[in-house]
Amino acid sequence: MVEFDAIIVGAGPAGCACAYTLAKQQLKVLLIERGKFAGSKNMWGGALYGPVLGDLSPEFLKEAPIERYVKRRILSLLSEESYFSLESAVNNESPDVPQDGAIILRAKFDRWFAEKARKAGAILANGVQVEDLLWKDGSIVGVKVGKDEIHGSVVVACDGVNSILAQKAGLKAELNPVGVKQGVKEVIKLPLETIEQRFNIQGNEGIAWEFLGKCTRGLPGGGFIYTNKDSLSVGVVVQLNALLENKVKANDLLEDFKRQPVVARLIDGGTLVEYSSHLIPTYGVSSTSRLFSDRFLITGDAAGLVLGTGLILEGANFAIASGIAAAKAIVRAKETGDFSAKALSHYQRLLEDNFVLKDFKTFKKMTHVLENPRLYSTYPDLVCSLWHKIHTNDGNPRKSVRQLLKEELKGRVSWWQLARDLIHMGGSL
Amino acid sequence: MSVTKMQDKLAVNKYDIDNDVHILIDEDICSRCEHHRCIYACPADCYTLENEHITYSYEGCLECGSCRIACDKGSVKWILPRPGFGVCFVYG
Repeated sequence: MVEFDAIIVGAGPAGCACAYTLAKQQLKVLLIERGKFAGSKNMWGGALYGPVLGDLSPEFLKEAPIERYVKRRILSLLSEESYFSLESAVNNESPDVPQDGAIILRAKFDRWFAEKARKAGAILANGVQVEDLLWKDGSIVGVKVGKDEIHGSVVVACDGVNSILAQKAGLKAELNPVGVKQGVKEVIKLPLETIEQRFNIQGNEGIAWEFLGKCTRGLPGGGFIYTNKDSLSVGVVVQLNALLENKVKANDLLEDFKRQPVVARLIDGGTLVEYSSHLIPTYGVSSTSRLFSDRFLITGDAAGLVLGTGLILEGANFAIASGIAAAKAIVRAKETGDFSAKALSHYQRLLEDNFVLKDFKTFKKMTHVLENPRLYSTYPDLVCSLWHKIHTNDGNPRKSVRQLLKEELKGRVSWWQLARDLIHMGGSL
Repeated sequence: MSVTKMQDKLAVNKYDIDNDVHILIDEDICSRCEHHRCIYACPADCYTLENEHITYSYEGCLECGSCRIACDKGSVKWILPRPGFGVCFVYG
């Protein structure tokens, strides 16, 4: 009977990073993926931020199937009548530093990443579903696949937001609609030249564009557009409980979003080539979360490592970093032959020491700010309307900005409330 | 682009549809349910209300898992489709 050093369940960014790192250290690794190929069940916005991919191997930055790099980031507030945008751009001629954000399509990227793990020595099993953990004397000793039992020194759950294994191991409670967002997305094909013209980009430049306000009818969430090479990712992300309580379908919001004049022009003439959806764990990881037990670790979305630092939900970078940290803890455990919870707690310490859990701590308050309902309707409307009025000359003598603001606030939000919200937002930064 | 109907949206996706159903509901529970949260949870319109009865299909499921956690009556039994089946994203 083959006993693996590590059985990794799920070949997404976390699982692939973990498998790759372990295989490089000559450990016996089994990487299990339920889809026909890695990535075939995965979707996101989205862009990968930070240096994690290059940390694994500098060549990855050249080889990875990256659609475009984020040259410009735009945040637009949408109201019924107009929109207001903030835009930033990096000035380097050719944005290819990973910190800028790499726009990626997951079906291509995850497949490539899993192949990297396989070539490094991991055994990749596609189209295989882990149904349960394998227990012996109260300890996890492997996984069950159909009638088969596969033994391993440690099992790493990289099985995503709906992680069955994390629940079976007793580390996670059932998901709650309050703690997750639902993302829906269309991939819309357009000629490369059309995309470059419409977005004023060239070469490998790309755009990450977020929208707030009317696109979610005031529900907590937002819209997004990412430029792929010759397609656009257009989607909406909304708190699941808000959809349920307000009896709204995310797809109806997406259709609304596509009808917004600013969006409609960008996607005009395009062809829909894929419609997808996914849950995003936004319940957050706190200092009391436990991401390990005897012979078991949880990483990435399965561990809830998705951070809303503002509007952007970052997850894949944390997933990769957590996969690497899990691998390091396993290598250490293998050296001593001790895979107990005590030994594997090193994993969580690594996360606490690197950016992963530090970022969660830093932005803890930010996630509370994002719960403010005024952020999704009142303020976008107010800013759009105020900005529009400041720039409108209708022939009559104009009013001061202060006067206009006073009029805009009236009936919407009190000065007192506005001041409180601003202090709250400022304090969260 | 004009409004795309759900069936046209799902038609562009790649699926390997299994004969084994991976969604089950308890019609008794659904008939007593006052809010039918499944309808708003599912991004693929797998759940529909017809003559006050919930009917469902599993073929267009995008495997997000929303219905599983949205149903607070214990009616929806959503499991992952058998390996190799279900939706197959080629962009993602």
